[in-house]
Amino acid sequence: MNAAVLLFPGINRENDVARALQQATGKRPPIVWHAEHDLPKGTDLVVVPGGFSYGDYLRCGAIAGRANIMDAVRAHAARGGLVLGICNGFQILCESGLLPGVLMRNANLKFVCREQHLRVERTDTPFAGKYAKGQVIKVCIAHGEGNYIADAETLKRLEGEGRVAFRYCDEAGKVGGAANPNGSLNDIAGIYSEKLNVLGMMPHPENLIDALIGGIDGRGLFDSLAGFSASFAA
Amino acid sequence: MKARVTVTLKTGVLDPQGKAIEGALRSLGVEGVDSVRQGKVFDIELGSADRSKAEAALTNACEKLLANTVVENYRVEIL
Repeated sequence: MNAAVLLFPGINRENDVARALQQATGKRPPIVWHAEHDLPKGTDLVVVPGGFSYGDYLRCGAIAGRANIMDAVRAHAARGGLVLGICNGFQILCESGLLPGVLMRNANLKFVCREQHLRVERTDTPFAGKYAKGQVIKVCIAHGEGNYIADAETLKRLEGEGRVAFRYCDEAGKVGGAANPNGSLNDIAGIYSEKLNVLGMMPHPENLIDALIGGIDGRGLFDSLAGFSASFAA
Repeated sequence: MKARVTVTLKTGVLDPQGKAIEGALRSLGVEGVDSVRQGKVFDIELGSADRSKAEAALTNACEKLLANTVVENYRVEIL
C-alpha cells in the first residue's frame, strides 16, 4: 500500500496522518504539495488531511478543492484509486465533487473538540475491513463545520446504496440524539463514493492510534488500508 | 466595470448563523424582524467593457468557485 498525503496551506494534520500510515504500512508516506500536477508514481491511496486549508476562506475546503493536485486526485479516483479525506479533507472532497453533499456550520454554532463514538456501518470496503459490522469505536472530533447536508434525493441514494460509512453514536452504540455533535443529517459522520473507493469523514481516526494517548480504535482504519492489496497505478 | 455577486443560502437549508443573528437582534430590542438569512457579497472589478462577456465570466466564477450550488444560489449584477 503506497500512500501519499496532500498538503495545502493551512492544513495541520498531515504529520498525524503520516504517523498513522507509517505505523500501519511501515512506510512514511510522501507529502505532496497542492501545486503539483501529479501524484507520486504508484500511489494507491491519497489522504487529504484535516486543518484549515486557506483559512477556511470563502467556504471550508472550497479553494483547496480546486487546486492543481485535485485534478490528479479525481483521475486517480476515476481509476478506482483510494482516497481518504479527514475533517477538512472531507470538506475538500465534497467541494471538489468527489463526494456529494456539503458540510455546513455545526447546528449549535460551536466548535466541538472531544472524543466521540462512531458506529461502523459496513466492513466490506478497503477502509473498514478490520472492524466488525456495527462495532462502536471511539475516535476524536474537532470541527466547527461538520454538519453534513445533502438534498433529499442524494440522501436517499446514499442510504439506499449503503454508502454511509460511520454514524455518530453513544458509547452503547445508540445512534443520534445527544450523540450527534453537529446536526448532521441521519447522524452521518462519514460517507463513501459510489464505488466505495473514496471515503470522507469528519472524525479523526489518526489521533486514536496509541494507547498512551486515549486509545487505538483508529488503527483499524489504517490497518484495513495497509492490508488491502490492489494496484491503481496510472 | 464594476459588478456585485450575491450568494445566498437556498430556501430550506438551515442557517444557524442567521438564526443566531436573528436572536441577537431580538435581544437588542430591534423590533419587527421575522427572520434573518446570512449570505455573502463580492464586489468585483472587471477590465472588460462588454456587459454580456462580464456577465458570462461572473456566472462562470459563481459556478466554479464563488457559490456551492448544492446549498447556495447566486445573483450577478453589473453596476
